[in-house]
Amino acid sequence: MTDPILEARGLAKTYSSGGVDVLALRGVDVALAPGEFVAVMGPSGCGKSTLLSLLGGMGRPTAGEVLLAGVRVDQLSETRLALLRRRSIGYVFQFFNLVPTLTVAENVELPVLLAGGSRGQARARREELLALVGIERRDAASPAQLSGGEQQRVAIARALAHRPAVLLADEPTGNLDSASARQVVDVLRHGRGEGQALLLVTHDARVAAAADRVLTMRDGLMVDETRVTPPREVPSLLELEV
Amino acid sequence: MTQRLGGLLPPLNAGQIYTTLQRLERDGLVSSEAVPEDGRNKRMYAITEAGRCELERWASTPVPGTRLKDEFFMKLVLVGLGGLVDPKRLIDAQRREYLQSLRDLTEVVRGEGSEILGLLADGAAFRLEADLRWLDLCERRLVQKEER
Repeated sequence: MTDPILEARGLAKTYSSGGVDVLALRGVDVALAPGEFVAVMGPSGCGKSTLLSLLGGMGRPTAGEVLLAGVRVDQLSETRLALLRRRSIGYVFQFFNLVPTLTVAENVELPVLLAGGSRGQARARREELLALVGIERRDAASPAQLSGGEQQRVAIARALAHRPAVLLADEPTGNLDSASARQVVDVLRHGRGEGQALLLVTHDARVAAAADRVLTMRDGLMVDETRVTPPREVPSLLELEV
Repeated sequence: MTQRLGGLLPPLNAGQIYTTLQRLERDGLVSSEAVPEDGRNKRMYAITEAGRCELERWASTPVPGTRLKDEFFMKLVLVGLGGLVDPKRLIDAQRREYLQSLRDLTEVVRGEGSEILGLLADGAAFRLEADLRWLDLCERRLVQKEER
């Protein structure tokens, strides 16, 4: 495997809840190669969302390391961590988390501006991405005026805006019907050609089956790994087989 | 049949079709007559009143809903729990198979683009999802219990 873009080594996280320690993660190793799509499955409470938030720098591990492009990031200061998130990581949430007071266009442009891009760059990138996710002529709309599937596609456009090396998605299709879910997965996979890695946490086996690898978690541990291969039945896909 | 089912239909053997038609005729469910065409006699088959009744009866009879026959479960219980093979390994292998089948299905639907085929594949995918959930249950109830 090429050098991983994102890696966790022996990652552990303990929460204190009412004086009781809860072991959310009990030593997890994961490595994500550039352009790779990995899905994480497991029952509620298995630690998969905790893993994602630690990888995204949105929490600190109790033990273990997180490395982005080979550099350890889990001990960076809050400020440097925030900077890292703006530059290298895109995050997609189950409940979209669009800024409700901004328009669709402003939501997508924001990460480009935060990463230091010009207004012109932000506008160009926004036009390109909204076309990609199939949301057009809704620039001035507020998020609340869109359907759930549309909001999620805008949220993905926003997550892709600053061309992050890694895209992390937590139950991105959890609130969508199956047709919208399929569209969302297609859009999430789009950046792979440019080497963007995708790590997706999901309950939905159909979404997970679209990945290169499916990891199964149980009680804070990785318990299984499935390498999903392109199907033999579709001849044009045979070329992709390694 | 080919029009309705397209790629879903297994290749049909012409001999088999004629044998079937002859049996149906023997039972009075279809009738046939010879029609001259291009200097040869072509046999044209038509459904009879009795055939229509039988077809209606067959179509209206629901197919059984309970499917208790499960080869994997036999392996898990007899061999896995019998201590010959690690049951967790059996479950993991089966999970991989189901996930790969799910992947195959999505790509088949994408490739064909036919609505009827898509509907059938969606049904198969729903069942695979249920199978995957059931595997988790098997693991919780049978394997983790043993570890405790």
